[in-house]
Amino acid sequence: MPKLVLEDVHVHYGGIKALKGISLEIDAGEIVTLIGANGAGKTTTLRTISGLLRPAAGRITFDGADLTRLKPHEIVAQGISHAPEGRIVFANLTVRENLELGAYRRRDRDGIRRDLERVFTLFPRLKERYSQNAGTLSGGEQQMLAVGRALMSSPRLLLLDEPSLGLAPILVRDIFQTIREINAQGMTVLLVEQNAHMALQIAARGYVLETGQVIHSGAAKELASDERVKKAYLGE
Amino acid sequence: MSGARRAWMAVERFATASLVGRLAALAVTIAVLVVLDRALSRLLNPYVFRILMLCGINIVLAVSLNLINGFTGQFSIGHAGFMAIGGYAAAAMTTYWGPAALKAFAAVGLAGGIGTSMLFVLALLFGGLLAAAAGLLVGIPSLRLRGDYLAIVTLGFGEIIRVVILNLDFLGGARGFPGIPRYTNFFWVAFSGVVVVLVVRNLVSSAYGLAFRMVRDDETAAAAMGVDTTRFKVMAFVIGAFFAGIAGALFGHYLIYLHTNSFTFMKSFEIVIMVVLGGMGSIIGSVIAAILLTILPELLRSVQQYRMVFYSALLIVLMLTRPQGLFGSGTPFGLGRLWSKRREVRRAA
Ligand SMILES: Nc1ncnc2c1ncn2[C@@H]1O[C@H](COP(=O)(O)OP(=O)(O)O)[C@@H](O)[C@H]1O
Ligand SMILES: [Mg+2]
Repeated sequence: MPKLVLEDVHVHYGGIKALKGISLEIDAGEIVTLIGANGAGKTTTLRTISGLLRPAAGRITFDGADLTRLKPHEIVAQGISHAPEGRIVFANLTVRENLELGAYRRRDRDGIRRDLERVFTLFPRLKERYSQNAGTLSGGEQQMLAVGRALMSSPRLLLLDEPSLGLAPILVRDIFQTIREINAQGMTVLLVEQNAHMALQIAARGYVLETGQVIHSGAAKELASDERVKKAYLGE
Repeated sequence: MSGARRAWMAVERFATASLVGRLAALAVTIAVLVVLDRALSRLLNPYVFRILMLCGINIVLAVSLNLINGFTGQFSIGHAGFMAIGGYAAAAMTTYWGPAALKAFAAVGLAGGIGTSMLFVLALLFGGLLAAAAGLLVGIPSLRLRGDYLAIVTLGFGEIIRVVILNLDFLGGARGFPGIPRYTNFFWVAFSGVVVVLVVRNLVSSAYGLAFRMVRDDETAAAAMGVDTTRFKVMAFVIGAFFAGIAGALFGHYLIYLHTNSFTFMKSFEIVIMVVLGGMGSIIGSVIAAILLTILPELLRSVQQYRMVFYSALLIVLMLTRPQGLFGSGTPFGLGRLWSKRREVRRAA
């Protein structure tokens, strides 16, 4: 049964057409990746799903519920959590406070504590720095914090926008490994990446975006061996 | 201890405090203020007393504006407009309906001081609520506009209010509104000050109210975490305007005369300066800056024509040496978030 469905979604920024009819589906338990060059519309797609942008046309449903007209906080309440592009953390709050804010809408104290432990298990580095201000973390640690914080709302679907951006290669491998672990625990993940190579290794399926349209889609393995995709996005 | 945890504990302590405990605290506060009211109005010379009253009214204005500008990160320079609405609304109520209301109160045995106090409380609330309604109106553009654009809208709003009042005959128009009963005393000013500080403090330090500062620091991240950013931005405007209205009502019933000249954008700027000087997001900062900036012009009276020059020079020096304000943000969010970059929630057109 498909979980998240986008049907012919159009998004404009003023006069600029950023998405020109995107359709995609993500099943429960999958990692699906959205790859494409800079400016293809990947971030716009995630922001539209999480309600930060409103589509000019098209429909978005999650488990049958229509999300198209919902506001961001209502979409969080539906079980979708978004780790935005660019390591947006509250710089003057501690790591722990940032994580607690991720659980802003929750009232189940025990569940929150359990999820905090879970995030610390996934990202031991965050536990070491839990009383440190988030602004003093390294880029990679802030990225982990952004992902950890998104997990704290206890979502059913996790939207990740370029979690590997600007990280050293060793950290890139770590973060992809962690995403795989999160998925293994049952989380559905929509992963936006410029690092198509790594993304296609951990994803089950992928969509290739170009100037606001889906130009290829399919099983990650097939995309990874597709000549056109290889040439354009895998640098081969 | 971390800020969020401290806030959490404060909320819990408040939530678990018994109703009796809270009522007792309130009763003691009121008793102390009543005694102070009697003592100060007798002991202080009228000039000093007047400055004291204006300090109190400015505290209400500065702390309430801090909720909008300091804690929620919006930029309103129309606070004098809300103050005018509250001032004129309350004055109209006590002047036009006051005598009839007092007679009605007396008929049910509430004569004298109790009757006038009741009338004044009603007038304060009426002024506050009308200003809050205007806050709702102004809060709505704040959802789409920010920074300079929002500032211009609020500035324009303040001026429109002033011009409208100037043209309303039953509010005195250009002649001003005379004959307002002098109901404002030290007690009501101090009590309003205590209430605004408590309300804003509890609001922004509660786990729920952390959202105000989340909206300020990063609107996208706040929304991504499930904060209804719209609600908090509008709420800041409504609550801030409510207390500005109360301040206006206190002001009118102290001066017993209102004129739109008291509510020009210069007054709005004065309040903004108090908030910035005290520290955006610091309640104690706003309180102290309101007192300083009320007293300072009086101290500079001896140098008469250079007064504004001194005043401006002092402000410039202060802002150069402490750009984050006297008290910084005075919050667990630390210093220097004053002009923190905010990513915008962009709505596709
Ligand atoms: N706030 C904005 N205003 C106007 N155009 C924008 C805005 N954000 C993105 N765009 C444009 O929309 C297109 C898609 O951008 P984006 O979704 O950020 O791409 P990606 O994440 O794939 O790099 C680009 O052409 C970009 O220039
Ligand atoms: Mg992007």
